[in-house]
Amino acid sequence: MASTHKDPVLVVLQLTGGNDYLNTVIPYTNPLYRDNRPAVGIPEDQVIPLDDHVGFHPAMGPMKTIYDRGDMAIIHGVGYPKSPRSHFRSMDIWHTCEPDTLGTEGWLGRATRDIDPNKDNVLTTVSFGPALFRALALPGVPVACVDDLDNYGLLPGISEQKQRARILEWFAHLYAPAVGTGPVMDYLSQTGLDTLEGADILKEAPKMYNSTVAYPDTPIAKKLKGMAQVHLANFGTRILYCDHGSFDSHSNQAGMHSKLWTDVSAAVDCFFDDLKEHDAGDNVIMLMFTEFGRRTHDNGSGTDHGAGGVAFVLGEPVVGGQYSEFPSMKAADLEQGDVVPNHDFRGLYSTILEDWMKLDAKPIVGGTFEKLAYLG
Amino acid sequence: MANPDLALMAHLMRRAGFGAPRAELEARAAKGYEATVEDLLNPQEPPLDRNEMMRYHPWTWRPGTLPGMGAAEWLHDLINTKRPLEEKMALFWHQVFATGVSKVDHYDDVMDMIVKFREKGMGDYRELLIEMAKDPAMIYWLDNCDNHATAVNENWGRELLELFSMGVGNYTEVDVRECSRAFTGWTIIPKLPRGPIGRHDWFFEYREADHDDGEKTFLGVTGNLNGDDIIRIICAQPATSRFVARHLYNFFVADEAQVPAWSVTPPKDPEAVDLLAQTLVDSDYDMRSTLRVLFHADFFKNARFARLKSPAEVVVGTLRFVGGAEFPAPGIGNLSRQPGYMGQDLLNPPSVEGWHTGTEWINSGSLMQRVNFTAELVGDVNRPGIQDLMDRLQAQGVRTPAEVVDGCLDLMGPLDVNERSREGLIGFTEDGGDFSWDSADQVEASAARVSELLQLIVATREYNFA
Repeated sequence: MASTHKDPVLVVLQLTGGNDYLNTVIPYTNPLYRDNRPAVGIPEDQVIPLDDHVGFHPAMGPMKTIYDRGDMAIIHGVGYPKSPRSHFRSMDIWHTCEPDTLGTEGWLGRATRDIDPNKDNVLTTVSFGPALFRALALPGVPVACVDDLDNYGLLPGISEQKQRARILEWFAHLYAPAVGTGPVMDYLSQTGLDTLEGADILKEAPKMYNSTVAYPDTPIAKKLKGMAQVHLANFGTRILYCDHGSFDSHSNQAGMHSKLWTDVSAAVDCFFDDLKEHDAGDNVIMLMFTEFGRRTHDNGSGTDHGAGGVAFVLGEPVVGGQYSEFPSMKAADLEQGDVVPNHDFRGLYSTILEDWMKLDAKPIVGGTFEKLAYLG
Repeated sequence: MANPDLALMAHLMRRAGFGAPRAELEARAAKGYEATVEDLLNPQEPPLDRNEMMRYHPWTWRPGTLPGMGAAEWLHDLINTKRPLEEKMALFWHQVFATGVSKVDHYDDVMDMIVKFREKGMGDYRELLIEMAKDPAMIYWLDNCDNHATAVNENWGRELLELFSMGVGNYTEVDVRECSRAFTGWTIIPKLPRGPIGRHDWFFEYREADHDDGEKTFLGVTGNLNGDDIIRIICAQPATSRFVARHLYNFFVADEAQVPAWSVTPPKDPEAVDLLAQTLVDSDYDMRSTLRVLFHADFFKNARFARLKSPAEVVVGTLRFVGGAEFPAPGIGNLSRQPGYMGQDLLNPPSVEGWHTGTEWINSGSLMQRVNFTAELVGDVNRPGIQDLMDRLQAQGVRTPAEVVDGCLDLMGPLDVNERSREGLIGFTEDGGDFSWDSADQVEASAARVSELLQLIVATREYNFA
């Protein structure tokens, strides 16, 4: 299963709930920012400047370190036309690449199918969370879905390990294919045994892992550590997906947004340090995206649903810097009070799929979209 | 060997409801099959009080778009209803008129549909169609609010024919167009902008001025047709009764092909579909009459374990079996997310096509969720349903592993498992030798072993069949 050459690996960290673009990559020298953010604006002296125009939120110190290393591409103004400003619908659009109709196939489900058409590896794609993200869903494409790697597998409630091993042995016995039970029972057999196999392999990952990196005790750090463990275990996993949130900062944004970015920045920093320590970072990139940016003008204590947002692509292979343009904040240029996206998210996907994963993006994202040069 | 009356009653209650505890099955079996069918069709028990959830979980009153919270009220109803067929029909119609909060963006409006299904779901299907044509969530979901006299939007018009009544192949593109024209002006008010975390309630409005009152020809009928005329014409088509009949068969009897394949795949049991379709026609689309015929038909009674449970059936059925979820305790929000983790996010189907059913419910992630969720519940010996099962086993005095396995399979269903599975369960149970129930210590030790056996039983392939 372990390959001698290093296949490209994609890690996705979804910032669920609508991360506030303007308070993440802050246009701190633009007077319009001050005008629009009387309540939740970050004072200029607290901003971590990237250049004369924009700077990071003060909680993003570790992200600045990564940026300074040249391992981070900031992609400005990401989105799509006619933002519906609904969490569900927007996330569906990101997941399925279907901005006009309701799609059911996930873009990374399609990518998984193209990477492993014969389903040779039940761990080609691993999802971290209680349910499968729609981005990964495609009928007939197996994706391992891990809620908690330390306690992963069937029947985690049976705490006595010997007893659990025994019951799982009988589970395998009960799922053994038998002649004449019919296609539905056969299908259940195969799925049950795949599930068991995936769990058997995955549970080795924490045992094989050894690192000096001390991740903080936060939910996102736990997920990213689990993803590092899976990557370092060389199971042939090519896509890893998780989320963190909620970034839905309608009220009391100041404390909430700080806490979110403190946790994300620290966890992401540890993740890349961990890969580096194991000389395993040169084939990994991480995409961080959110379903929409938030309203340009604050609402007195937070910000409402908006349109254009910011995405990040991180990792050693990335050509660091800023891409696309910060959308205009002039009143006349706003749509329903929101900055207008100027880079289609499907271009972001196309760049990753073609220039990194070496897949044909067109059938996956449903067309040809402008790519940017952050992956060489 | 399981009591045949009880086994048939368990089958009826799994299909016409979400299963029933043993004592209820015994009581119903004593009253008889026919009396139970009548009780299901015309329930005498009062409906649940919608205010109860609000009292303990005020956020269910206006859940906005909070994931998991919007479906909490419905999950509580599904578990605790004393009118199980009414609730099962609400799920049936939710799977047919699949409308989701992903676009509607307002749990209240989708939940209002469930309430309509509850109230009208066993009545006249034609009335239900009219009700759906006027339903604010449906109108927005299928863009009929953008269907104007001067600019026709065909979304609702098409899905009405394709997914809600006749099925592909029974009408032309011209019919879709004419149907859509007839529904111009069927819209919603008010169109206030979104609030910070959700939007405002909508109401149906018929706008005469935005209705195309020109002549239309739909399925051979020409005239100044309006929406209700369209529904009348649709319901006079043999295709409609057959389509509804096939939905009933797929939901209540045995897994069919996925809906989009129906135009090219014949029904599994054409005679059964014919009988149900004819009953619909003869009864003027009375769902209650049709269900009565269905539950009394041999093809229904013989279809034991012929369908895969939907996630809602897994979650609700197991909770009804183990008991202890009668009070809307904290955690109901998390509980209401469970069907979603298994691939059926209630009130939020993936598209207007609804969920793909049968084997498409099962993938490695959803199977693991099914096993782990149900095993945790049946492994909890403090649950009243599990205590009841232990008491009954003890009263029966089961001692050998085979007796215990057979006893558990009987009390959990009765469940049918194939002989190999039964042998496997006995093999697993043989490890500790025979069971004893003579002292408190022995009862505790036996209960612990039974608890593990129950977890292995819900992990079997067979437990996923209804």
